Amino acid sequence: MIYLELFWSFFQIGLFSIGGGYAALPLIQEQIVTIHGWMTITEFTDIITISQMTPGPIAINASSFTGIQIAGLPGALIATFGCILPSCIIVLTLAFLYKKYRKLWIVDGILQGLRPAVVGLIASAGLFILIAALWHGQKFSLNIDYIALIIIAISIFLLKKFKLNPIIIIFSSGVVGGIVFSLI
Amino acid sequence: MKKDFKFYLKLFYYTFKLSAFTFGGGYVIIPLMKKQFVDKLHWIDEQEMFDYIAIAQSSPGAIAVNASVLIGKGIAGTKGALVAMLGTITPPFIILTIISFFYKAFSSNLIVQNVLHGMQAGVCAVIIEVVYDMGKKIVKTKMLLPILIMIFAFLAVYIFKINVAWVILICAVIGAVNIKIREKKK
Repeated sequence: MIYLELFWSFFQIGLFSIGGGYAALPLIQEQIVTIHGWMTITEFTDIITISQMTPGPIAINASSFTGIQIAGLPGALIATFGCILPSCIIVLTLAFLYKKYRKLWIVDGILQGLRPAVVGLIASAGLFILIAALWHGQKFSLNIDYIALIIIAISIFLLKKFKLNPIIIIFSSGVVGGIVFSLI
Repeated sequence: MKKDFKFYLKLFYYTFKLSAFTFGGGYVIIPLMKKQFVDKLHWIDEQEMFDYIAIAQSSPGAIAVNASVLIGKGIAGTKGALVAMLGTITPPFIILTIISFFYKAFSSNLIVQNVLHGMQAGVCAVIIEVVYDMGKKIVKTKMLLPILIMIFAFLAVYIFKINVAWVILICAVIGAVNIKIREKKK
């Protein structure tokens, strides 16, 4: 039952992505690429690209996009619903507890354990994407995509040196890629 | 304030507008929400807003969605939470549905593929920069436990293919136990 699978996958993504922003990436990757094979790593990277250039949280963008691709509009609605349901319940429960007890030390402790974990998890998802960009999903070899490597190196330099907006970086990389890859 | 249909329409409109025009995720939309609902409309007071932000950031899920649920609930109860949440998720839902349609039609085009390939390299750079920045902050604390947790999480998922949810649960437990031990020592 595809709807149930979509719901359950995105329920888990919504439940376990803590810390906002990129924290959802490793979970989305695991669910839609590794476990279910609904998308290739390239399509997954395209979702991130699109998410970076459009408003809205990555997890919501990913649920709408994946849902549509897999099971049309109902799929998108179910995936999005699954994604927001756990956080709605938890947020409202926490708000209730917070009003009662003010300071929730256990939440502080949990977050202290999760913050460094999230960095490691994003690094893992990042490495998958990096390998997809440089080797196009194949195994390590000398046959590396040098143009992609150069774009990545220059982008990191610009991000670090001039603190350029990521949207500008991604957009210009797209323009450069469109021209250079088409010429060779 | 009367909680009539017009009120809920307004709540939907403001959350919709904020969500539709805010690029850059949860950390960008939060200050804008505060400006709209605290400074401009005075629907909630500042202290309450800070509590909501703290809860939204420490809960799972998208920060923008969490914050809008709390703000909606604070202003107008469960109905308010529902309306504010719908206002927040509708814009990305519509935008991605449209893009998804075009994606299917265009992604087989060679030039589009090349542009996406270039963008993929750009996204790599952005993620590498984010990981480097966040990782540097963890290392700078010079505390052994966070550094170990970071390395453990990476190895567990990348090398040993352990489920991300398990890694999150284990690290959450370690964090909770750690703070309990420290509290006892005091």
